[in-house]
Amino acid sequence: MPLDLTTPGGITLALTPELVLTVWVLVLMLVAAWRHRDAGVQREVGLLTVIGLVSTGLAVAWLWAQGATPVGLPAMMALDGFRFATSLVFLLGALLTVMLSLGYVDRERIQAPEYYVLILLGTLGMMFMAGAADLVVMFLGLELMSVAVYVLAGVNRRSVFAAEAALKYFLLGAFASGFFLYGIALVYGATGTTNLWLIHGRVLELGLGSNVMMIAGIGLLLIGFGFKVAAVPFHMWTPDVYDGSPTPVTAFMAAAVKAAGFAALVRVLHQAFDGLPIWHGAVWWLAVITMVVGNVIALAQRPLKRMLAYSSIAHAGYLLVAVASGSAIGSAAFLFYAVVYTLMTIGAFAVLAAAGTGGEQGVLIDDLNGLATRRPWIAAAMTVFMLSLLGFPGTAGFIGKWYILSAAVDADQRLLAVILVGASVVSAGFYLPPIMAMYMRPAPSAEAHQATRIVGAARWAVGVMAVALLLFGFWPNRALDAARRGGESLRPATLYTLGR
Amino acid sequence: MLLGPALAVSAILFSLGVAGVLLRRNAIIIFMCVELMLNAANLAFVALAQQLGPDGQVIVFFVMAVAAAEAAVGLAIVLAIYRHKQTLDIQNLNLLRG
Amino acid sequence: MFWLFAALAVGGALMCITRRSPVASALWLVQTLFSLAAIFVLLDAQFIAALQVMVYAGAIMVLFLFVIMLLNLGRGSATDMRGWTGRLVALALGLLLVTELWVLVRSPLASPLQLPAGTLSRVAQEQGVVAVISDSLFRTYLVPFEVTSVLLLAAIVGAVVLAKRRL
Repeated sequence: MPLDLTTPGGITLALTPELVLTVWVLVLMLVAAWRHRDAGVQREVGLLTVIGLVSTGLAVAWLWAQGATPVGLPAMMALDGFRFATSLVFLLGALLTVMLSLGYVDRERIQAPEYYVLILLGTLGMMFMAGAADLVVMFLGLELMSVAVYVLAGVNRRSVFAAEAALKYFLLGAFASGFFLYGIALVYGATGTTNLWLIHGRVLELGLGSNVMMIAGIGLLLIGFGFKVAAVPFHMWTPDVYDGSPTPVTAFMAAAVKAAGFAALVRVLHQAFDGLPIWHGAVWWLAVITMVVGNVIALAQRPLKRMLAYSSIAHAGYLLVAVASGSAIGSAAFLFYAVVYTLMTIGAFAVLAAAGTGGEQGVLIDDLNGLATRRPWIAAAMTVFMLSLLGFPGTAGFIGKWYILSAAVDADQRLLAVILVGASVVSAGFYLPPIMAMYMRPAPSAEAHQATRIVGAARWAVGVMAVALLLFGFWPNRALDAARRGGESLRPATLYTLGR
Repeated sequence: MLLGPALAVSAILFSLGVAGVLLRRNAIIIFMCVELMLNAANLAFVALAQQLGPDGQVIVFFVMAVAAAEAAVGLAIVLAIYRHKQTLDIQNLNLLRG
Repeated sequence: MFWLFAALAVGGALMCITRRSPVASALWLVQTLFSLAAIFVLLDAQFIAALQVMVYAGAIMVLFLFVIMLLNLGRGSATDMRGWTGRLVALALGLLLVTELWVLVRSPLASPLQLPAGTLSRVAQEQGVVAVISDSLFRTYLVPFEVTSVLLLAAIVGAVVLAKRRL
């Protein structure tokens, strides 16, 4: 279905998923405002949010199934498999987060129906960010996502840790936005445009490979992205912010927000700067440092929440390996790993949320001792998540890492592949102790783990995540095919030049 | 032809903003330094727009909207933390330290 | 003219990042913002200059000052500068950025992209200052314009959630 994005009808159709989601945002705000005195309104809004996310996902799938392609130059919004695939990843992450939150907000007495509205707004920002064909839209999407997530971090107003997390996240996020914006300014100065396809064409046409303004612009963009995806020299905010935020919000940040940052990074580097080899070296080093530092510091963490925070930094390193390859296989590997990573990270945080109360900062790895005898299903699910994060054969995490490795080898970055394998071996040092604690040590007392339970929608979410990880581990073919199509759609097929 | 000098001023303002963020500990002053960075980018856009066409000026319009949104949320967060701690000194918050 | 306002802007920024009291910092920042507005006029961006004065120096900075006064932060207590290591790191990073960006502004723009000198001011005289921007804003940049409205909505919801006394 070819769509002309310059006509009102064409752009409306191209933006169907975003419009559906925006309408749901407005509906939920009205429901929350209209019935704010009812005690049950929070739950109602949460359930409506689930419906909203599913219907948006259907809109994305419909647009993808129609084979929507732009006529001529895609202005402002892209229409390609990569946009649809990433949108579905974000919607999946948001859906799982909402399912976890339904019970969690009641338990922690977070009384704000707007919580769900903000999750939807953040998801909307991610969809704009990863689907942007223009750096301006990408910047605005980034800000929309960030503003929503800053507030979500501090949504538990009784917790001083949550307030600190929000402040820290906000200051570092705004700082990163400054770098990102100045990077856009310099790229605009070097190429005279902010459209990703036009940038790609002009870089090749005008020979901007060694243009100082261009290189500085890319550098500043990379710093901005580095903060957003928590790559290592720019990761200092991550442990504290992840630690202080309510656990479902942490899961949302670690999975969906990070995936959105990477999706935008892949789009900018693989699409607009495809003809510029200059960024490969920088991303190569970022990947190495992030993998090494993330994994090594995670070894020393006793609290489960901080361990998972550093584990998410280490996974940013693995994803950067996929980015550094700069090939279609690399973007496909990113897409597949993003899905797997979303499932296993949110799953691990879901178990953590069940194991503690009041922000879950105090849950140590040793507190899981003997969980397998009391709550065998929760322990089994946690085992699947940990093994998948480790990349154990038979789980989806293994297939994802193997796909990233093949992208790295294909791009002739063998050293990077070796470091990735080494880092994964090190990560066994912190992914296996929770499993050993659950299965091999006795419970400290008879009444331990009485409060550890996963109820309602969260139970479904955890079950589906664990089963999906095992299924992808044995039958990944269909998902891999979809990822490959999404990754290939990113390459600029046409060269847009000045004389066009 | 003011492009060169204007970009130079913008570069200096941006660097001052970055230095300010790294130098200060008061949350609200750090936030003002971020505003300075955004303004430096605005100056670069306007200076480039003179040579490359009016699109650069439109981008400045969006940046102002973003700054307003950030200010609203940021100051609400500042109020929230002040309610808890009665201080905005981020010394105890370990900002920029892993 | 340009150099006068440039000096005022840079001076204001310097004072802003070194003053102890948040109120003084905010006022020096206002000076920088006004000087920038003047520079925008010199760069043929009259409409943006007006916006700068009204939105930035007007609305946003008033919000800042309001919060500073509300929290009674006017009297700067002990200095909140970081220790010497922090200062050295900031200085080194700042110098690095200045040199890097300085090198870069000396690199010329790609000539095929450049409009002939004075195009923008000529177009502005023919169509009016606002028309130049609004045409681009509501045609080319319609999608980002709509995203901006959603962004502001998110900011309103967020601010209410965080700052409302009782939900």
